[in-house]
Amino acid sequence: MNSSSINLAFKIAQNENRPALLTYTVAGDNNKKKSLEILKSISKYADICELGFPHNTPIADGGQIQTSAYRAIKNGIKINDVFSIVSQFKKLKKSKPIILMGYYNLIYQYNENKFLNKCKKSKVDGLIVVDLPFPENKKFASKCKRKNISFIQLISPTTSKSRLKQIIKSSHEMIYYISMLSTTGGKLKVSPRKILREYSKIKKQNKSKNVVIGFGITEKNINSLKKADGLVVGSAICKEITNSIKKRQNAVTNVINVVKRLKKKIT
Amino acid sequence: MKLKKNIPLIDQHDKYGFWGGKFGGSYIPETLKKPVEDLTKTFEKLRKDKKFIKKRDFYFKNYIGSPTSFIKLENLSNHLGGAQIWAKVVSEANGGAHKIYNATVHALICKAMGKKYIVGDTGAGYAGKMLSMAAKKFGLKCKIFMGAKDIKRQKPNCDAMKKNGAEIVPVYSGSQTLVDAVSECMRYWVSNCDNTHMCVGSTVGPNIFVKICGWSTAQISRELKAQLKKEFKKIPKKIKLINCVGGGSSAYGFWSEFIDFNKKQIELIGVEAGGPKKSKLHAAPLSKNAKIGILHGAASYVCQNNEGQIHETESISAGLDYPGVSPIHCFLKDTKRARYTFATDEEALNAYKLIKKYEKLNPSLEPSHAFAEVIKIAPGLSKDTICIVNSCGDAKKDRDILKKRLGKY
Repeated sequence: MNSSSINLAFKIAQNENRPALLTYTVAGDNNKKKSLEILKSISKYADICELGFPHNTPIADGGQIQTSAYRAIKNGIKINDVFSIVSQFKKLKKSKPIILMGYYNLIYQYNENKFLNKCKKSKVDGLIVVDLPFPENKKFASKCKRKNISFIQLISPTTSKSRLKQIIKSSHEMIYYISMLSTTGGKLKVSPRKILREYSKIKKQNKSKNVVIGFGITEKNINSLKKADGLVVGSAICKEITNSIKKRQNAVTNVINVVKRLKKKIT
Repeated sequence: MKLKKNIPLIDQHDKYGFWGGKFGGSYIPETLKKPVEDLTKTFEKLRKDKKFIKKRDFYFKNYIGSPTSFIKLENLSNHLGGAQIWAKVVSEANGGAHKIYNATVHALICKAMGKKYIVGDTGAGYAGKMLSMAAKKFGLKCKIFMGAKDIKRQKPNCDAMKKNGAEIVPVYSGSQTLVDAVSECMRYWVSNCDNTHMCVGSTVGPNIFVKICGWSTAQISRELKAQLKKEFKKIPKKIKLINCVGGGSSAYGFWSEFIDFNKKQIELIGVEAGGPKKSKLHAAPLSKNAKIGILHGAASYVCQNNEGQIHETESISAGLDYPGVSPIHCFLKDTKRARYTFATDEEALNAYKLIKKYEKLNPSLEPSHAFAEVIKIAPGLSKDTICIVNSCGDAKKDRDILKKRLGKY
């Protein structure tokens, strides 16, 4: 697993003395073709691309990602389309890691095994399932491992010490630290110093794990969290898509500019 | 899949919180793991604490007004012929519906946990109204999440919430009804779980919320059991307990003491919302054979499409207008202990009219669904069959809808 493309992406960033930049966009936002275009263009600057498979009852997402998800569903995105977006992307950008992110019901309805086979076939590198926490996710996580798909565990400020240890122990190469008590895209209500202190508690347990921080990260604050292995920006990008549509501007160009600026801030 | 005897149904789950190995669980974001664990520990401790039970019973009696009455609907029985029709008038409870039991218990738990803020979801507005009452009574700050569509159609309850000092947060996402209110309420809890307690308004949501709600509404069947013994000297041989089912909190509360009985002696009938007669939409996942899915942190039968996107529902009754249902009702369905059916909007309205005509009872549109079923089946049953309907809500809140649909209220 050490040579996985996720690990490699972190290594490249590390060698450049900067955190990896992870972007999150919703598959099918605002339609299938556009979202592939957006993905392709931001991957020039992003080290790892998270791609959401949208759900219409997202209990952990804030307004921006909800809007993107509703828009994608309204425009007809289906799970199979998500896989075809990944396949097409991977044909062009073989080594760029793709992490699918979403809610368990969609996997459950598709069938776990069938879903993972499809992931494998379309070359998905990792999976984040928001509402499948540890230890309930043990079985699913090991299924992922068998298919060489990285299952990404989440840790939050409320995670207890003993739980933290267990989660890190059962984690694969990447761990996602949720910066604060919030849905995605909330205003960063905790100081970066405090976030990094919690972050280092995770790193201390096992230095070999790549720990990323997400939730509430924008152009304004990304610089102050530079010490992390990786930083995830999602809502800020989704917001840019929404605004571009509203202003009838080219979403692709606008989003590239946001990602470019984000990258610059951490380089 | 099998029911166990002598163990409350709410406790018949495995270590991951699943009933029958597949319904329920706790599909929650990592952030909620700790608050849910804390709540679970607190609740398990409190329910064994004699002082807490005493406190609960005190408020049930002196604040809620237990026991609510158990009456024979003589005129309706005579009109329909066949079985005897009785009602447990739970709408007499303080506030006008069974939701007060769960709200009171949650407020007591919130106090015990030292939290000052309480939030909850509401569809018909009863869960919200009761939570705002309980919050006021126990000195808690209260926020209620409610779909914008429901705010419009259940105005009387909204007025009550505001009067009690609660803040109503309108939810504009999705279908703007209960399903979205619950989602938004959970999101709020994710962001504020350090100082805020969440009350889920029915026997739905992550495992612990199903348990707390069921434990609270079970009071209804404890009362009924005593009332049956008093009225008939012993539990009669042929009973049918008929209850509407949205999330399923009043039905579980009405049935919990009777689940261990043979179903030939006590039949449990749940009536879901079939929606408008001409519409394809409904809120009847059990009786219309929806597939199992995960909604709001639990696995249950859910109205959804093939992909797992949750379907919009439609019902005249805001309280039943929910795409999912309690995991314990899924368990009762699959073990065949309870039978589930549905009534359409039109059938519920007709039932309401008939009840109003013959009895001094004013059931809201939710229990009117249950009355629709008893009206269907009673004429074909023997005179010694006792059909009991849980009249779990009062129609005051439905004033505007009833006026519009029936021309009068």
